[in-house]
Amino acid sequence: MLMKSNSARANAAGIAAAAIFAAPGLAADLVISNWDGYMAADAIESFNEATGNNAELVLHGTNEEIMGKIMASGGKGLDVAFVSSPFAEVLRNLGLAAEIDASKIPNMSNLYPEAMMLEHDVGNKFSVPYAWGTTGLCYRSDLIQPAPESWNDLLDPDESLRGKTTMLATDRWLLAAGLLAKGYSVNETDIAKLEEVRDQLIETKETLLAYDDTTFYLKLVSGEATLVHAWDGWCNFGIAENSDIAYIVPAEGSDLWVDTMVVLEASENKDAAFAFINFILDADNHQWAAENILYKVPNKAAMDALPPELIEAFPNMGYSADSMLNYEQLRDVGETQRDYARIVSEIKAAQ
Amino acid sequence: MRGTSLRSNALMAPAVLWLGFLLILPCALVLALSFFRRGIYGGVEYVLTLSNFAQAIDPLYAGILLNSARIAGIATAIAVVIGYAAAYAIASAPRRWQAVLLFFAVLPFWSNYLIRTYAWIVLLNSEGLIPLILRWIGYPGEPPQLLYTEGAVITGLVYNYLPFVILACYAPILRLNPELREASRDLGGSAIATFLRITLPLTLSGAAAGAVFVFVLSIGNFITPALLGGGRFQMVGNLVYHQFLSANDWPFGSALSAILIAIMLLLLVAQAKAAERASGTARSESHG
Repeated sequence: MLMKSNSARANAAGIAAAAIFAAPGLAADLVISNWDGYMAADAIESFNEATGNNAELVLHGTNEEIMGKIMASGGKGLDVAFVSSPFAEVLRNLGLAAEIDASKIPNMSNLYPEAMMLEHDVGNKFSVPYAWGTTGLCYRSDLIQPAPESWNDLLDPDESLRGKTTMLATDRWLLAAGLLAKGYSVNETDIAKLEEVRDQLIETKETLLAYDDTTFYLKLVSGEATLVHAWDGWCNFGIAENSDIAYIVPAEGSDLWVDTMVVLEASENKDAAFAFINFILDADNHQWAAENILYKVPNKAAMDALPPELIEAFPNMGYSADSMLNYEQLRDVGETQRDYARIVSEIKAAQ
Repeated sequence: MRGTSLRSNALMAPAVLWLGFLLILPCALVLALSFFRRGIYGGVEYVLTLSNFAQAIDPLYAGILLNSARIAGIATAIAVVIGYAAAYAIASAPRRWQAVLLFFAVLPFWSNYLIRTYAWIVLLNSEGLIPLILRWIGYPGEPPQLLYTEGAVITGLVYNYLPFVILACYAPILRLNPELREASRDLGGSAIATFLRITLPLTLSGAAAGAVFVFVLSIGNFITPALLGGGRFQMVGNLVYHQFLSANDWPFGSALSAILIAIMLLLLVAQAKAAERASGTARSESHG
């Protein structure tokens, strides 16, 4: 799940400002919103050259930011948005996401069959997966013996790990760790079970160094932390700096996170939008993301072409597409979101 | 006469427009939003309700507000003591040094708030400079965890807002007529009595202004608790941030913001009234 740092956001603001002041001669006929650095820097240019379109890229820092924009404008002025799957689902439920016309996206056949069976959108009717992965434990294999296996190794850590662990701060993932440890659904709505998880996470808080969504892998590199709650792709950033860092999916499982591409219902150029998605799903183009941001992409042709050294260095890149479907996706939980937010506040406020 | 008022109106216009559009209007929107409901997908449903305020006074959220006030209060007390002493020292320094010393006091403002806060992470983290120095000078065993503690949050707040106190205290200390102190000493007052009965009461308005600044900026702060507290200390600013950017509950976030704005306004009004009274007394004393 891509969450960009403040510097990326500042950068995004700078680029957006530059885009406003450097008014292009020709109005863009296709506007795509994505996280900064989430596709090749020359992707838009290559797409324009290949198709004769005049696409333009705008950046968003977080899902919430782009959702706010889309909900305020009804999606006007935007053709394709990159959002995480729970947000794609919300766009669908609000009638803001267009139906995907698979006949206009022949490269859809590059996707793993499993990537057409994602529970939030079976058959990719309104969203096309761009990247997917797991959430698990990232740790210093040289400093922890034996290696962690269970979520409880993080939630109820060994004495030697006290003050050396971090957890993700974002509501859904923080709670998912506790829910998975107890064998519950990551979309649990039973308040009694949620409270049970809350009590565990309040106990866990005592043992944590910090809650951290953005710099946890750097804490592993520096040695400040030895075991952190991490998205697989982000753990890879740490592994790239120190090969003693390792990643596992705990025995109780993970959530399956999926970042998707959605075409907006308000788009006046849907054919070009589908052409853009088709361009991204091209094996070479989609491989860029796997090689450069070390996220798994659900594109069989792209993954099959990855160099074996890459999969050896970053083992999560080798997890099978089949195994990904063992995990439950985070879904929109409707009114229960308020309980989730409250429980997270209770955990964070506990002394 | 007419010309003057036209000119003064024209000069006022940019400031009024600025405040109107970028301060009053957003605050009014926040206040308005706080009376609506969160929609099921995180939008806003335009149904009037007081439930957001009811939720805000729930012990959980009220507790977070009180805890924020406690942390801001401690930061304020420390900043005022250090800032007042620094201002006193600067005002007592030779005249030609004062500008230089003041320059150094506000120098940190030249760099970004985030960078200044990150600097503390570099200093305090367990592999950072301060634990390194502690080990080097022979601290027995592992140095204590400094970062991600309440102390780190308070340190960050004091550090960032101290210049406000120094500047606020400096002017009244400098303006204080030295003859008043001399008179007190001549009449047998000890140094301590002179300070407590002459200097302090006459310069308290500066300290109060500085204190209100530090408190108001601290209680709503969310960056410092997030970075130096490692998210382990929830302040009301973090709670508001969370409602807007994670929980997608804008109406509740707005209600919390409205309460926070109300507290800040009350404090600023109280401070302004106290300052007015203090300057009134000072004037009547110097005239009488």
